[in-house]
Amino acid sequence: MKRFQLSLAAREALWAYTFLLIPLAFFLFIRIWPAFQALWLSLYDWNADPSKRVFVGLEHYAQMAQDPLLARSLRNTLLYTLIGVPAQLVLGLGIALLLNAVTRERLRDVFRAIYFAPYVTPAVAVAWVFSWMLSANFGVVNELLRLLGLPAQDFLRNPSLALPTVTAVVVWQNLGFQVVLFLAGLQNIPRDYYEAARIDGADDWRLFRHITLPLLNPVMVFSAVIGTIGFLQLFTQVVNLSFTDQGGPLHSTLTVALYIYQQAFGRFDLGYAAAITVLLFGIILLITLVQLRLLSRRVEY
Amino acid sequence: MLRSFIHARALWVSLLAFGLMSAQAQVTITYWQYDFKSKIEAIDELIKRFEAANPGIKVVHQTFPYDAYQQKVGSSIPAGQGPDVVNLFYGWLPTWVKAGYLVPLPESLINPKQIDSEFVSMAQSAKIDGKYYGLPTAVRSLALFYNKDLFQQAGIGKPPKTWAEFIEAGKKLTVKQGDRYTQIGYGISPDGQDHHLVREVLLRQMGGRPYSDDGRKVLFGGPEGLKAFTMYTDWVKKHGIGIPNFFPGNNGYRDGFIAGKIGMIIDGSFAIGTIRSGAKFNWGVAELPLEKAGGRKANFGSFWLHGITPLAKGPKLEASVKFLNFITSAEAQRYWLEKVGELPARKELIKDPKLSLDPVYGPFILSLSYAKATPFVDEAAQRTVIVNAINRVLLQNMDPAQSWKMAAEEEQKILDGFYK
Repeated sequence: MKRFQLSLAAREALWAYTFLLIPLAFFLFIRIWPAFQALWLSLYDWNADPSKRVFVGLEHYAQMAQDPLLARSLRNTLLYTLIGVPAQLVLGLGIALLLNAVTRERLRDVFRAIYFAPYVTPAVAVAWVFSWMLSANFGVVNELLRLLGLPAQDFLRNPSLALPTVTAVVVWQNLGFQVVLFLAGLQNIPRDYYEAARIDGADDWRLFRHITLPLLNPVMVFSAVIGTIGFLQLFTQVVNLSFTDQGGPLHSTLTVALYIYQQAFGRFDLGYAAAITVLLFGIILLITLVQLRLLSRRVEY
Repeated sequence: MLRSFIHARALWVSLLAFGLMSAQAQVTITYWQYDFKSKIEAIDELIKRFEAANPGIKVVHQTFPYDAYQQKVGSSIPAGQGPDVVNLFYGWLPTWVKAGYLVPLPESLINPKQIDSEFVSMAQSAKIDGKYYGLPTAVRSLALFYNKDLFQQAGIGKPPKTWAEFIEAGKKLTVKQGDRYTQIGYGISPDGQDHHLVREVLLRQMGGRPYSDDGRKVLFGGPEGLKAFTMYTDWVKKHGIGIPNFFPGNNGYRDGFIAGKIGMIIDGSFAIGTIRSGAKFNWGVAELPLEKAGGRKANFGSFWLHGITPLAKGPKLEASVKFLNFITSAEAQRYWLEKVGELPARKELIKDPKLSLDPVYGPFILSLSYAKATPFVDEAAQRTVIVNAINRVLLQNMDPAQSWKMAAEEEQKILDGFYK
């Protein structure tokens, strides 16, 4: 009797698929299935008892159109993204360039570790420390302003300062991640290109403009997309920087994610919360597609 | 997430096996509350006593961090897991009932008339459409905490009896260096207890009332309300006896008081324990000041109640009611006061003269007789309305009259939305 025999390649593929099944199952049941459930939920008035959930169709979507707080949270979220993502990219790239110029490897690692530390610090602890540093009365930041002869600012309680302040804290925290990404990108650029260009007589700016920037494009795209998604889902820092008046003062720091949370678990209106989730999903999908389209164009070297 | 899932699964399987083995002899019910050390220890002890008296019932006690608590309840009960008896803030009741997270207490087992007569009147806020949805073990009211050492240093003899005296004391206790405060007279905190102070205390002292009897009309927008509101914002704008967020953080006003940097705060009886263990100076408690000597008294009362969820069915429902009756019994309430420091919810215990003469509990107990609980339909949103009204004046210099008018309109919208 001849034994049924698979080729080595086929067996390897089979193993690969077997192992891939586990993350696949995870994505299908933990990520994708609940997303569809949210869509379904957004058409119902919530009740803990499934038999008492009333089908309301698109009523929650109509409700969104007349919700000033939702509009406010959308506007805020957009502002966070518009300020935060570019700031994060520019600062991250800048620091990475400086670090890249450090030739002593040991020293570079030390700096990199220092810049990365905030990224792995729990957001709650960061928020806690910053609320003290930014305090109008006791904060070290205001102490610095004072030394410069500037008036003290109530960064977190002034409605027109609170959003930029929260953004700055988030950017500070994300910076390490950006730096590491850009540094890896920079170190992947072959030295030869720079040397060849130098021989051709290119100055530093042209090296940066025509070699570094184009070759960093994939990192930029990744960084911008991940950063944007991160800011669109901003939640933890906002909640913890103004814990008893979340999203305050005067809704000036309210984000869509926080608003969803408040609707869902502050007042158990999970149907409406699900509808806003669907909206946020749509916005993130749209923006990400546009970004990928615009940013990851083919580059001529 | 995964671990808690496996946990829940394992628990469920073992419960099922246990249930099959012991057939009908044993009922297991689950009790949930948020994480608070003295409350956890108190409930553990009460469960021990309850199980000893009811051998057929086993109570599983689970707690969650305060900020994750509603989220846990919100997602667990629809999944068929979670508490049979659950602890909740009275202000959450309408939203919980509307979303189907609680069932009315069965009148055949708990007599509503008896509750009306045996519990302090604010317990009736646990009633919706004439049905009780839960009972409190303990209640709280507000009073003035003051730093006796700072009072002495500033040459103030006694805690203020009127708001005029309060402002005077506040001014003497406020210390400024340049444009910075190093010490303040009053730990003003719109999102602490002060939103209650304005709506429930000052307004009623001025002769107004916040809502119509059926709770559907906002009445605080009238002249008494504006007077109360302006008086409050003047503490900052005109008299400068405090600034919001003097100390940052969740309970900055309380932390600042404990640190000895704030002369007076208005806080609930639930703060007694924290202040007692934290404050390294002499402090006292006084009933809230009045508009004028002999003026109208008012206070804000609140409580956490124990409700029963739709998960409690059949024998579990019966066991849950028994447990609920036990943890709200006079015996449990007396123990709760000793252990947790919260005031009993039963009238008979409050009448105890030993309690009302106590220098710390006394002012809170005395206030209970005239304390009212705000009938919230959406506690978070209604709190935000008042906090925002205050912030518009303090942070954006809006005219108090305009800000207060906006608040009344915003809150009316919330009520209309709920009752539509």
